[in-house]
Amino acid sequence: MGMTITEKILAAHCGRDRVEPGDLIEAAVDLVLGNDITAPIAIKEFEELGIDRVFDLEKIALIPDHFTPNKDIKSAEQVKMLRDFSKKYGIVHFYDVGRVGVEHALLPELGLVRPGMLIIGADSHTCTYGALGAFSTGVGSTDMAAAMATGRTWFKVPESMKFVFSGKLAPYVSGKDLILHTIGDIGVDGALYRAMEFTGTAIADLSVEGRLTMANMAIEAGGKNGIFMADGKAEEYVKSRSDCAYTVHASDAGARYAEVREYDAFGIEPLVAYPHLPENTKPARESGVKIDQVVIGSCTNGRIEDLRVAAGVLRGRKVHRDVRLIVIPATQAIYAQAMKEGLFEVFLEAEGIVSAPTCGPCLGGHMGILAEGEKCVATTNRNFVGRMGHPKSEVYLANPAVAAASAVLGRIAHPDELR
Amino acid sequence: MKLKGKAWKFGDDVNTDEIIPARYLNTSDPAELAKHTMEDADPDFMKKISTGDIIVAGKNFGCGSSREHAPIAIKAAKLSCVIADSFARIFYRNSINIGLPIVESREAARETGEGDVIEVDLEKGEILNVTKGKTYRAKPFPPFMQDLIAKGGLMNKVKSELRK
Repeated sequence: MGMTITEKILAAHCGRDRVEPGDLIEAAVDLVLGNDITAPIAIKEFEELGIDRVFDLEKIALIPDHFTPNKDIKSAEQVKMLRDFSKKYGIVHFYDVGRVGVEHALLPELGLVRPGMLIIGADSHTCTYGALGAFSTGVGSTDMAAAMATGRTWFKVPESMKFVFSGKLAPYVSGKDLILHTIGDIGVDGALYRAMEFTGTAIADLSVEGRLTMANMAIEAGGKNGIFMADGKAEEYVKSRSDCAYTVHASDAGARYAEVREYDAFGIEPLVAYPHLPENTKPARESGVKIDQVVIGSCTNGRIEDLRVAAGVLRGRKVHRDVRLIVIPATQAIYAQAMKEGLFEVFLEAEGIVSAPTCGPCLGGHMGILAEGEKCVATTNRNFVGRMGHPKSEVYLANPAVAAASAVLGRIAHPDELR
Repeated sequence: MKLKGKAWKFGDDVNTDEIIPARYLNTSDPAELAKHTMEDADPDFMKKISTGDIIVAGKNFGCGSSREHAPIAIKAAKLSCVIADSFARIFYRNSINIGLPIVESREAARETGEGDVIEVDLEKGEILNVTKGKTYRAKPFPPFMQDLIAKGGLMNKVKSELRK
């Protein structure tokens, strides 16, 4: 019987030739991640163990990105816990303001994510790294604390679901639309406890960044992880950032899937997920909802490709007078690159603003909170009640091209309307 | 262990932003978090509940963020248990790890009314709706998780392993 990529990576990390869905395993972890919200609890729990070292100084990443640059005294105290802990134990991968970025954009960019790795992170969007052929999944702070001490964690081997995207993408359609389409099809618990494997010709055509966007939102379908086979593009991305060895796994021809769904990519339009669940998808073309704010950024769509697409739509245009546009490059390197390419000029001339890297408004933290009744188009990943501010505000999820076009028109729209 | 309290009903896909909104996550103090439990699902929730009360919800309870603050807030609010049709994966894991009792039962989740008095016997895996006089069987935990629960959560298990 064949195995899926997910099963192969899990087997390799618990010293077995094979694992089956449903097996409970204890696996070695290659990287453990925490941020300024989740790591403080993990640090407290770790310190209560009374041991004087972490399992590996180079396999822990502490990334203060949510409420940074520190939005208030309490946030500053939380970040200080990460900073002090990193100094005390000698954690290598701690990044502070000026070097930090949104965690799931930063770690791949730094070459810390490679095919075949097993990664856990105390952040639900840790599933992002599956785009590079790694098994990665979100856990809580206690799991993070235990893994920092032991270098191990437990898993139930998930069943896999396969999503095959054939054909080519239509203009303005991106990885964001493919994953929104998927979530719209199967629902926010359609992949509960399962691995989501993405494949097909449209996936092969997709950039690494588009795949990162897709894997990022596997959790929004309840998935344990999202995964792609690392192809030439993924390997090139990794090799240009890291000299470390890695293992590329492919699913066997006889691998078992709990379900296989096939989609014609060309039939997928730019989509918008309406409040208050990512599964409430509708074509952007049919929307027309009046908006107050647009946010382009986050671990989902704050990478250089996303900023280029947004700038392409905004070039020579002005943001609608009733709309506030906030652009947030996800990392310092993306920020620098966007500046070098002249993208900031486009955003500023359109009368949008460019923020320092932060998760900020995506989770209603800071830097763009919504008032009662306000509506926001965001390239982020969640549109839950109160997600970006007031419990009676609304978030509409979309790709960067739709977000930029909507900023110009003052209502949710397909970018075609500006041509 | 037997738990007893009044049921507070919620729908499907209750997410962690509703359980504990991110605007309160600049602290990890359980007592502070408890004040805002379920605030964006029901702003008056904390004014209405009594110690030992039980949350009863539909499918996919606790979806969204990995924030352990969600089960921590529920536990610190002195709610005794969450019964749901199903739980989102990370919330499930976090609850087991920190020792918040959670019970899966589709029938109990569907048939319980707001304010019904519920008794949960965790060892037997039984849910008794005292008001309606009806008993339900909960979906049992796998042995690995029963062991984790018996050891008092993940960190206690790690502590005992590190001592070996």
